[in-house]
Amino acid sequence: MSSLTKVILQRLGLGVLTLFAVSLIIAFAVELLPGDITQAMLGQSATPETVAAFRAEIGLDRPAHIRYLQWLKGMLTGDMGRSLASKREITEFIGTRLSNTLFLGGVAAAIAVPLALFLGLLAALYRNSIYDRIVNLTTLTSISFPEFFVAYILILFLSVKSGIFPGISNVSTDLAFGDKLFRTLLPALTLTLVVLAHMLRMTRAAIINLLSSPYIEMAHLKGVRRFRVITHHALPNAWGPIVNVIALNLAYLVVGVVVVEVVFVYPGLGQLLVDSVSKRDLPVVQACAMIFAAVYILLNLLSDIVSIVSNPRLLHPR
Amino acid sequence: MGKLILGAPLSAKIGLLIILCYVFTAVFAPWIAPYSETAIVGSSYELWTEQFIFGTDNIGRDMLSRLIFGARNTIGIAFATVIIAFLIGGVTGMLAAILGGWYDMAISRLVDILMAVPSLIFALLLLTIFGTSVLSLILIIAVLDSTRVFRISRSAAMNVVVMEFVEAARLRGEGMWWVIRKEVLPNIMAPLLAEFGLRFCFVFLFIAALSFLGLGIQPPTADWGSMVRENAPLINYNDITPLLPAAAIAGLTVAVNFVVDWMLHLSSGLRSD
Repeated sequence: MSSLTKVILQRLGLGVLTLFAVSLIIAFAVELLPGDITQAMLGQSATPETVAAFRAEIGLDRPAHIRYLQWLKGMLTGDMGRSLASKREITEFIGTRLSNTLFLGGVAAAIAVPLALFLGLLAALYRNSIYDRIVNLTTLTSISFPEFFVAYILILFLSVKSGIFPGISNVSTDLAFGDKLFRTLLPALTLTLVVLAHMLRMTRAAIINLLSSPYIEMAHLKGVRRFRVITHHALPNAWGPIVNVIALNLAYLVVGVVVVEVVFVYPGLGQLLVDSVSKRDLPVVQACAMIFAAVYILLNLLSDIVSIVSNPRLLHPR
Repeated sequence: MGKLILGAPLSAKIGLLIILCYVFTAVFAPWIAPYSETAIVGSSYELWTEQFIFGTDNIGRDMLSRLIFGARNTIGIAFATVIIAFLIGGVTGMLAAILGGWYDMAISRLVDILMAVPSLIFALLLLTIFGTSVLSLILIIAVLDSTRVFRISRSAAMNVVVMEFVEAARLRGEGMWWVIRKEVLPNIMAPLLAEFGLRFCFVFLFIAALSFLGLGIQPPTADWGSMVRENAPLINYNDITPLLPAAAIAGLTVAVNFVVDWMLHLSSGLRSD
């Protein structure tokens, strides 16, 4: 087995292990509560019968390890249990929610990634110029903005004042693709602005880091033209860091989606999660948390693997 | 200190000034605010008049007064959370660097796993279980955030622990706390301070987001995040009132970030990039 596949298999194994550990935490977080979860959820006035019924419903009458194994098996086979609030099978409604969220994230990424890479590259190439300074200040400012601030400013200008976009993104499955895209555009734009600053700064730092390495200086010294230095010497080595930046920010997008979905009443997984938290609908929260965590871990794993594959120095560690 | 501030770039000076204004408002809130925090003084959603400078909110409380009291509640809770996070993360991190061995291994792996999941998702899960009260909010976020502090303080302390003067202190027979307090802590203060600013911004935005989602600070406490949520319908009538608390949040984080940016510059030895 070559060392490359070995390292990648190691990382994959580590990722599966992390997923397993996280699933343990999500399943057993209930046990953290001092006392009994049923008391906390049903209140002091609950009769013994309702308490017993509730315990049976969320499976607390079975021993913990069996409960966990059944939950894990359900997660893997697509049977996520039943919602406490609506009594419906979670699998019935979580699928469309997930695809809506992935669609929103995908549209945001399609706008944000090329834009951030391009602007970041420019800032790195023209370092310490006025453009770079302006980029630095504006990105620093927009990193500090809460997501809902960006969202409401966009609603105010692009929806209320000018009426270009609808202020509420009530997409449903029977919409045509174009219509769905149009209604998703405003939340996607918000998400873009939220991740753009991070991604731009990270791209800039990665490229600057690269441009200061000795072989770039060597290329400059031997008289290679600036453009050729970038395309032939810098870029081949930059893919690792750049893909890393993209994957990290996609992972960040996964979380940013929660607040944005609530602002735009977008029927995605994030809104479902928030609704379920306020209803204390534990099975749904656990299912959503597991999906979010899995996507996040997988994206981080991907960035890890890509940076190994594209970096010969990590491939052959001394 | 004074010389240091005078030599700071303009953005950092502006940042410091803004932070001072926020702190002043938070401390003297009851004297500045025209009305009390929870008093209903008019009908709901009144327009901006001389009596109510920013109008009234969804149940007729004075917007300006709630903005002013919000400074106290929102900043206070975020500040308390970060302090607790630094106490937990800083102490365990420095201990991990000094003790090493299985203690370091065990706690580092635990932190790895906690950091493998976005803290918003974890916080939402824990809030479902513990319910939404200010105390559980502070403790949950402090514990989740202490993992990041642990990483920083551990790696910073690692570089100090191998120094001769630490070894000398240990050979002298000084106790663990003495080594942490007198040898390690003073030497990692600079990166920890910059990290404190960053963590404060993060926690502040985090709590604001949770409050905005209705899962953080609960009414009737005036808090900027929940104020945006309560008055959000106004935005559809071309009224910018709901943006005020959001702007208040943004203003403070921008200011702190400007100062932190400058501090990072200082601690990295005034490099140009």
